Amino acid sequence: MEQTKLDTRKGDPGKNTGADTGFLDVRDLKVHFPTDDGLVRAVDGISFRIERGETIGIVGESGSGKSVTSQAILGLHRRSRAQSSGQIWLDGEDLMTVDDERLRELRGNKMAMIFQDPLSAMHPYYTVGAQIVEAIRVHHPDTSKDAAKKRAIDLLGLVGIPSPARRVDQYPHEFSGGMRQRAMIAMALSNDPALLIADEPTTALDVTVQAQILDLMRKLQSEFDSAIIMITHDLGVVAEMADEILVMYGGKAVEHGAVDNVFYEPQHPYAWGLLTSMPRLDRARMDRLNPVPGNPPSLINIPPGCAFHPRCTYQSEVPGDVCRTVVPDLLDDGTSHLTRCHIPTARREEIFLSDIKPRL
Amino acid sequence: MSTETTSSPASKSVAPDQGAPLLRITDLKKHFPQFKQTLVKRPDNPVRAVDGVSFELRRGQTLGLVGESGCGKSTVGRTLLRLLEPTSGTIEFEGKDITHIGGTELRILRREMQMVFQDPYGSLNPRQTIGSIIAAPFDIQKIKPEGGTRKTVQELMQRVGLNPEHYNRYPHEFSGGQRQRIGVARAIALRPKLVVCDEPVSALDVSIQAQVVNLLEDIQSEMQMAYVFIAHDLSVVRHISDRVVVMYLGKIMEEADRDELYERPRHPYTHALLSAVPVPDPEKGHKKERILLKGDLPSPQNPPSGCVFRTRCPKAVEKCAAEAPERTEISPNHFVACHFPEERVVL
Repeated sequence: MEQTKLDTRKGDPGKNTGADTGFLDVRDLKVHFPTDDGLVRAVDGISFRIERGETIGIVGESGSGKSVTSQAILGLHRRSRAQSSGQIWLDGEDLMTVDDERLRELRGNKMAMIFQDPLSAMHPYYTVGAQIVEAIRVHHPDTSKDAAKKRAIDLLGLVGIPSPARRVDQYPHEFSGGMRQRAMIAMALSNDPALLIADEPTTALDVTVQAQILDLMRKLQSEFDSAIIMITHDLGVVAEMADEILVMYGGKAVEHGAVDNVFYEPQHPYAWGLLTSMPRLDRARMDRLNPVPGNPPSLINIPPGCAFHPRCTYQSEVPGDVCRTVVPDLLDDGTSHLTRCHIPTARREEIFLSDIKPRL
Repeated sequence: MSTETTSSPASKSVAPDQGAPLLRITDLKKHFPQFKQTLVKRPDNPVRAVDGVSFELRRGQTLGLVGESGCGKSTVGRTLLRLLEPTSGTIEFEGKDITHIGGTELRILRREMQMVFQDPYGSLNPRQTIGSIIAAPFDIQKIKPEGGTRKTVQELMQRVGLNPEHYNRYPHEFSGGQRQRIGVARAIALRPKLVVCDEPVSALDVSIQAQVVNLLEDIQSEMQMAYVFIAHDLSVVRHISDRVVVMYLGKIMEEADRDELYERPRHPYTHALLSAVPVPDPEKGHKKERILLKGDLPSPQNPPSGCVFRTRCPKAVEKCAAEAPERTEISPNHFVACHFPEERVVL
């Protein structure tokens, strides 16, 4: 496959403050949407950073703000509709301050996205090949149509689509679900993105196809040294793919740490609930599941104090009504494992050892 | 009508005890006719959505039906409820052949068999109140429950964990998990003996799935219902099922009791399915040996010759293309359709 990278950084590479911002550094990102019913705080202060070759998994329920976070990084929110604040440093450039023109240059080029639903993310009227060719030529206008098509065929082959030279002229509806998802990945990879955002890339797929796609993403990551943001609600998928995990609830990070820390020593009651409530094939069968009570909050009406308190079974650990009135801070326990909970760390450790660990 | 048509000896040996099973399906086929789009409409190969499926279900038990999308598991569920007309084969319910009954007889039978649908948004009429949705089975069957419909419906709402005061609300006022509870309340309203649950938790958030699974289990033990639980999530199926059927391209690949199937799977397809499930344990996940299947599901309009799984099977040889494997009882109550079954620890 053609590997010559055209220079994607035309002109001013943004305002580099000289501060250490790593490859991708998201700082205190907030995205609020004013609506007739009130302000939707979809993302309310998210920070994380990753380097090339690393993967961060963002986990949360529907309406926890995980997809809005990724769309904000790509600059997909219309500025007139969304109130965004914070900083998104991508390779020394703050995406929150660059203009639309620059964002367009970056999108699909240096950063690309794999959407959940490939049928609605691809245009039904154009062939798969035409859409990949467009993605290439929009960023490299001097590439000839033939060269771009050749590259599209190479890409389809790379993602494991059989007889790509024939498939390139077919329409999305002629592809099966797994193939469509692979075609989407091919399109996302068409300009060798350094940052790949995968929003529930395998949720709509069967487990056997999911295994193929995850395998493919891992291979491509090691080949291109991309940074990946993996958004999913499937804890199995992130355990396999991610180096770092960010658990979101009600628009905020409630737990953030290395994958081993979050899975083997989870600290937040919500993470406890998630990990102990699901049936697992790698454990003996439980006679009964222990669900997290209640329902996820609506982002218009996030409970005051700790957003998780109405569903938290450990509220009695905190005296008074602190959980109901004060928003807890995201605190580091000294091992870069951050938790947003009012229960003192030592006490949480005790609960974890006596109550949670035996059930994990 | 005969109840002893084509039932194979194998499917009968499943139940030597306890008399007749609640549901017995024998060599069920459901083919959807297709037409070529030419000037004159010409018939094409039919889509063989279900192609010779046999199994039994006892009272109060749960049968898990797993397989990839397009394997025909939902079609089995719909056909056995007679929502779709079977092409051939027989369906027996409580020893009675219901394959071709119709009219009043079928409507009365529906009191005994109900369904919970996958999509909690699409399966509730947005213009009806929750009260009238849950009361619909009573209206359709012209049953007047003791104490009045309203009281009964409110008891049902209470039972599934909904606030009975929300009787007059509309579906859009509820979350996905609550809507699925409404669907469950409607399905159990007439205290049926069989409920087909078609992916009832797939559309729900992780923390809500466990709530609905527990609800289904509680209701089952309370009312002694049998479930056909259709799902692609193998961990949920292991949790809820007593017996599991693995389907591929309209056919049964393997069938066994739950622990037997998960601990000693014999079919290469079951091995692949089980090995593909990502485990929420970073170390184990990385060490886990994966059997990656090549390619996609073949079209059920032109299934491969011989064994339908052979095009993706890592063990396929010439014999697999030449003859279709028979369903064989490899150990008591464990059936496999494969020329080269192999015991393998996957989990």
